[in-house]
Amino acid sequence: MSLAKAVVARILTYVGIALATGFFALPLLWLLSAPFDDSPSYGVHWPSHLTLHNFAALGHNPYAFGSLVNSVLLGAGTMLLVVVVAALAAYALSRVRIPGRDALLYGLLLLSSVITGTAAMVPIFLLIFQLGLIDSRFGVVLVLSGGLLPAAIFLLKDFIDTIPRSYEESARVFGATPLQILRHIVVPVARPGLATIAVWTVVQVWGSFLTPFILLRDPDKQPAAVLVRTFYTEGGSPNLALISTFSLLYSIPVVLMYLFAWSRYGFRFHGGIKS
Amino acid sequence: MVGLGRSRAVAFVAPALVLIGVFLVFPAFWTLYIGVTNYRLTGAAAKAPEVVGLDNYRGVLSDPAFYRSLWLTLIYVLVSAAVGQNVLGFGLAWALRGARRAIRRLIESLVLLAWVLPSSVVAFLWIAMLDRDAGTVNMLLGQSPGTAWLVQYPMTALVVFNIWRGTAFSMMLYSAALSSVPPSHLETARVVGSSTMQTLRDVVLPHIRRHALTNTLLITLWTFNDFTPFLLTAGGPDHRSEVAPVYIYNTAIVGGDMGYSGAVSLVVLLINLLLALVYLRAARAGRSS
Repeated sequence: MSLAKAVVARILTYVGIALATGFFALPLLWLLSAPFDDSPSYGVHWPSHLTLHNFAALGHNPYAFGSLVNSVLLGAGTMLLVVVVAALAAYALSRVRIPGRDALLYGLLLLSSVITGTAAMVPIFLLIFQLGLIDSRFGVVLVLSGGLLPAAIFLLKDFIDTIPRSYEESARVFGATPLQILRHIVVPVARPGLATIAVWTVVQVWGSFLTPFILLRDPDKQPAAVLVRTFYTEGGSPNLALISTFSLLYSIPVVLMYLFAWSRYGFRFHGGIKS
Repeated sequence: MVGLGRSRAVAFVAPALVLIGVFLVFPAFWTLYIGVTNYRLTGAAAKAPEVVGLDNYRGVLSDPAFYRSLWLTLIYVLVSAAVGQNVLGFGLAWALRGARRAIRRLIESLVLLAWVLPSSVVAFLWIAMLDRDAGTVNMLLGQSPGTAWLVQYPMTALVVFNIWRGTAFSMMLYSAALSSVPPSHLETARVVGSSTMQTLRDVVLPHIRRHALTNTLLITLWTFNDFTPFLLTAGGPDHRSEVAPVYIYNTAIVGGDMGYSGAVSLVVLLINLLLALVYLRAARAGRSS
């Protein structure tokens, strides 16, 4: 390659990188400028007056704070259910040789990627409707758990497989019951694996829109993902001060959770298991 | 077996199987039944749905609205994921390979942020950016009143949005894949004077072929099932951006026609199954070779 050609290639690469940076940064800028602007508009511009009073507007909306609490409740509820149920199942599947175990695990994992929120929207809605769980946060937790459990069990089993069995054997010699062994020996050793699953579950639930959107009608029960769509002024136009501040507050936890997970587990945290 | 009898093991696995069975597996099979009934959300058919045989399937297969939504979905998936995210993701991974650490970190963070933020939030960021009167895009183009992008070009807007939203996964996967290409091979290619295109084709591609296949199948599956277009355009204007997930929502939850939407859902389930099986096959072939 001649020198001139190399220089041109270099310049093209830099122009390409600059364009890509602009493309990815442009939509995000609004999330940083609008919340602090005393008269936010759709366009991105440097706030004429920096202010924090938009955040006070959150307090005037009767549902804003409650919806964040709902997001926490859905996230925590699903996380507890998934971690406990997946840990029990993964431990048993790791330690007991059941015929067809691997086929079962792969089958469930396959199903969980095939039966997505979109494809199962109709039967899930009817099922929850028949069970009388429309407008129940518990119903949402059950549906979300069902979808997340196969991947959680799969990942946890891999993790528990690497724990040597000799600890458990000696505990058994001293007369510990299986539940005691699980609680006092397996859980402490498997803690990093359990923490990964816990963070992963909360991240999935925090951003999920479709399931709570079709199953929860009462704004008192809706999580942030769903409620943010209802922030309009009396005139019917979107309340930009409210939307921007709320979006920022709602986004921060998930960004922090990702930073935490990536710093500890790297990109593998998400490789192929985003649903 | 460590002190955990078979009966206890079953008791440990049971809660998981019940939850998965009731809320994941049962709904999928129930779709088969719903699709052959005239189930509606309201009215007489809501109380006592009747089996109508294959009527729904006949209806679906002769409905231009169904074919339109499949066609829009195909465009959305092919252009935004299979081509857009794939090419941009690889391009970024390739270009950033030799970039300075600070630049690399900055761009990776921006791309990842687009992927990590909740869909309700990013959807509104794009609605704001593409707004006709005050949106940033029209402001940069110097038009006022400008183009109503989401109304005049809804599919183009969705495609560009999804490239922005999902490129992170391809970028990360390809950067991991590229690090597995032996530097000595690249060096040899440079010394014998092959062009970038030749190097990519003869040196890089053989090493990343499997990653490319994995990546394409996964992002295809995710984009195919992505409900975010609803948050941007809700399928409008006039159904012009009604991709399959939005079509199901509009006929089932808005229109109340569960039987008909059940039949459409089955089509989506089958396409998902096909994609997943191809993926598993490819993964297995890769492992045994």
